[in-house]
Amino acid sequence: MFTGFMVNTWIVATVVAIVAGVVGFFVVLRGSSFAAHAVPNAAFAGAAGANLIGASSVGGLLVFAIAGALGISFLSRRGSRDVATALAMVVMLALGALFLSFSNEYASETYSLLFGEVLGVSSSELLPTAVLAVVAVVAVVLFWRLLLLTSIDPELADARGVRTSRVELAFLVIMAVITSMSVPVVGALLIFSLMIGPPAAARSFAADPFVAVLLAVCLSLVTVWTAIAVSYLTTLPIGFFVGALGAAFYLAGRAHAGWSRKRVGASGAGASRVVAPLDDQGAVR
Amino acid sequence: MREDVADPTSGRAVESSPFLLELDGIGVWLSGREILRDVRFGIGPGEVVGLIGANGAGKTTIFRLVLGLLSPTSGRVLIEGQPRPRRNRSVGYVPQKISLDPEMPLRSRDLVALGLDGHRLGVPLPSRHRRELVDEMLQAVGATHFADARVGSLSGGEQQRVMIAHALISRPKLLLLDEPLANLDLRSEQEVVELVARVAKDQGLAVLISAHDLNPLLPVVDRVVYVANGHVASGTTGEVVTSEVLTKLYGHHVDVIRLHGRILVAASPGLSAERGELEDSIDGTTADGTTADGTTADGTTADRTTAV
Ligand SMILES: Nc1ncnc2c1ncn2[C@@H]1O[C@H](COP(=O)(O)OP(=O)(O)OP(=O)(O)O)[C@@H](O)[C@H]1O
Ligand SMILES: [Mg+2]
Repeated sequence: MFTGFMVNTWIVATVVAIVAGVVGFFVVLRGSSFAAHAVPNAAFAGAAGANLIGASSVGGLLVFAIAGALGISFLSRRGSRDVATALAMVVMLALGALFLSFSNEYASETYSLLFGEVLGVSSSELLPTAVLAVVAVVAVVLFWRLLLLTSIDPELADARGVRTSRVELAFLVIMAVITSMSVPVVGALLIFSLMIGPPAAARSFAADPFVAVLLAVCLSLVTVWTAIAVSYLTTLPIGFFVGALGAAFYLAGRAHAGWSRKRVGASGAGASRVVAPLDDQGAVR
Repeated sequence: MREDVADPTSGRAVESSPFLLELDGIGVWLSGREILRDVRFGIGPGEVVGLIGANGAGKTTIFRLVLGLLSPTSGRVLIEGQPRPRRNRSVGYVPQKISLDPEMPLRSRDLVALGLDGHRLGVPLPSRHRRELVDEMLQAVGATHFADARVGSLSGGEQQRVMIAHALISRPKLLLLDEPLANLDLRSEQEVVELVARVAKDQGLAVLISAHDLNPLLPVVDRVVYVANGHVASGTTGEVVTSEVLTKLYGHHVDVIRLHGRILVAASPGLSAERGELEDSIDGTTADGTTADGTTADGTTADRTTAV
């Protein structure tokens, strides 16, 4: 389990989990889940295209993922963000289907691009992955406050001279970068669940954004490590475990949020009744 | 122009100082419709001015102009006598409606800290000074006991306080509050008004605060700007809230009744009968539509129970 190709897998999966936790926190915060689904689909088309012409698959992933991000950003300036995202995704998926139809390793190739492959990481991919990870994390650190401010209210950020649409574009590109490094391991469909599940759970547990990001990274690591180990032992697909654990953490987060709200609600209502006996709205919160 | 807006009762030296904010002959067209026409008024340092108008009158549009989020079709916006720079530190802003997810991992103190440096690159290093500034600001708006609560989970009045702290922490000279009293119960309304009056006085801050009803603002405002039909009328409440001025602004007869320190603005009976339909009209472009709405907004407050 810790020899040969598996070592590469452990390393890359760990790096992917860290970056997915950090970037995923903002995906959830900004309500960009749909884009986080669309960009990996674009990357999938890129990988298929790269395989077809015999180019580096990380290169293909990166080019197409960034093209998808730019497309979403460009189209959503003129209209609804959801529609723009859907359009970009559909175009990219169609391209992916086209590229795959020219390829002769259709089934296994598609399967590993979409759902990931435990033994899919070669030593030559370690360095590019590490570089992309550093780029993504540095970018998030650089844009930290701007990402927070623009997710509260775009108007509020605009009023302070922040170009909200540029921050959004930068964020989409960061998402494209992390997608490109993750697709070979966890697959185009499952990087999405890694970016949503652990961060969505983390935000239910922590109110402090810093703590929430750290927690998202931890949950993401636990998800990936567990998934690899169990997948290795059972030979069931790694993607199943990533998806299932992500969902489980999310449900735990919801349960925690519901439970603590009930607790706060009970004590809060009592307190406000004492302070303001005439205020019939005090208990509503 | 300066003379006719000066408030002789406020005791502030409005006449001698230049305006902090001046709108000079502003015209705005949006999607082929004239929204504002030849709007001019000024705000002196430390003045609290109420911007009063019905839904769709153009209050938010005026804020967007001042913030530079919208360019006027004609006229100029001057801040401290200068054309407004793109990025303006001296203006703080609290938008009309902010809908925050109750589960958003962002505490009141994080939101206030973002007011300090949210537009900068990089991660803020935790420093004692920063923390003290934020704590001070939270205390100034009476938000200390929910400083560590998620902003999205706060009540409307509590959120409004935190937003005001967010806007004030960068020490602006002018604060823009767009309908801060909307959706607040009477008690929260009074608390927010008192808060505005206090910070304006303590910090020598000028405030432009919009509302559809003047009454809750009466204790704080030095002057008022009424918006209707794309035009404005500005001056002290004594000067502007009169039957003559408002009748001219709204374009039909309006009665102004002062009762127990409250001001009731009412349309003539004939018009108020048709205002129900007009209020619902979607296009609202006619002068009558806007007028009737304006009157309704003030008229409906007649059954409030507080005295101001
Ligand atoms: N981008 C736009 N394109 C076309 N018309 C617009 C645009 N923005 C605002 N308007 C119109 O300008 C008018 C003034 O709008 P504004 O939001 O300033 O009103 P308001 O006084 O703030 O109203 P409310 O009390 O409802 O907030 C409205 O009739 C609105 O339909
Ligand atoms: Mg408005």
